[in-house]
Amino acid sequence: MKLIYYPGCTLKNSARNFDVSTVSSMAELDVEVEELDRWNCCGTVHALGAENVMNRVAPVTNLIRVKETAAKTEGMASEFMTSCAMCYNTLKRANIDVKKNPDKLSTINNFLNLETTKYEGDVEVRHLLEYLRDRVGFDKLAEKVKKPLTGLRVACYYGCLLVRPKEVAFDDVENPMIMENLIAALGATPVNFPLKTECCGAYHAVGKPEIIADRTDKIMGSASEQDVDLVVVSCPMCAYNLDFRQDDAKRLNPDFKHMPVLYFTQLMALALECGDDALRFDLHHIDPKPALAARDLA
Amino acid sequence: MNDTTLRFLPGKNNTFTAKVEKISGQKLLACYQCGKCSAGCPMAAYMDILPNQIVRMAQLGMEKQLLASRTIWTCVSCLTCNSRCPKNIKIAEVIESLRETALRNGQRDDRLNIWEISPEVRADLPPIAMIAAMRKLTS
Repeated sequence: MKLIYYPGCTLKNSARNFDVSTVSSMAELDVEVEELDRWNCCGTVHALGAENVMNRVAPVTNLIRVKETAAKTEGMASEFMTSCAMCYNTLKRANIDVKKNPDKLSTINNFLNLETTKYEGDVEVRHLLEYLRDRVGFDKLAEKVKKPLTGLRVACYYGCLLVRPKEVAFDDVENPMIMENLIAALGATPVNFPLKTECCGAYHAVGKPEIIADRTDKIMGSASEQDVDLVVVSCPMCAYNLDFRQDDAKRLNPDFKHMPVLYFTQLMALALECGDDALRFDLHHIDPKPALAARDLA
Repeated sequence: MNDTTLRFLPGKNNTFTAKVEKISGQKLLACYQCGKCSAGCPMAAYMDILPNQIVRMAQLGMEKQLLASRTIWTCVSCLTCNSRCPKNIKIAEVIESLRETALRNGQRDDRLNIWEISPEVRADLPPIAMIAAMRKLTS
């Protein structure tokens, strides 16, 4: 299988661990991942104004690149995959918006008059989780596991962007289970916790880190009450907030327990034995190795 | 028994209400103040005016109070309110329309100054955090 892959800016910067673990585990699953040629910013946040057109230009440009790449590659579908929840959300919503509003799309195509390809709503946006469930299959993933993550208790944190709004959700909005099912396929024990779709505070990381510290205390605290070893996420913003604000959370609440935050792809890379270079644990604030070693997995 | 129907009639407040409805694409009068948006809001603890109150004040055209509120800068568009509203009002869109109005009134009253953040913190932050904050909090 061949698949176009959109990494996004953060996976090429602070979240390189997410990028390398995505690419190397897909190779183990016999999916040939090809990074999108000339990709640009996804737009980061979906502008909510009803008549906003300007903020759809960046995502639509990416959709044009996907269309071009798919057209010149034999056996490649007009779709692409991204593992970043933020890119997925912004690109998917822009795609839905321009498909629903042909006037908007024609304004954007006219604005992008230097592009030789016009966007016609003919590209599909997929998140890696969705691709793994629907195309690869969690049963096939389970067969490929070389080192089952037996005994590892994992809380899956979805945050906002994978489940809201419901038009972009590929699972239940209030109680998604797709990540738990993937974790179970890897041999680990998924553990439910009540705050799995509660917002981490997102971009307040920049100007109001005290809000993030409070959110981290609540969300990680809720997971830690379920006696888990670590939390997995699919968003580099959540990962940063929940990992790097733990010292501040500890100052806020002396009972706060430090706990590693990993990308779900890192657990895949671990179970598929992709090697240490595919994990990049050096990029974490809270080192995941002790928690994994406690389950004989490091 | 005195049956009273509260009606919103054209008046000096309605231009602002109409503007919010246009930018957000939402029908403000659909709200019956159940409070579900505020009950589920993860940011409510840091707000001065709750989301359901924002909708009520927008119905009443309370421009000055709304644009001066801390709430419009606290909401991070997590969309919990939108997905739970029994009247399908997109409250996050209403709040974004207020943010956009405040940022585009000619004063350029930005709520984030990147240069006030230390270079160490800036280097640490993921790019999506920086871009998202600038898109939401600056003109």
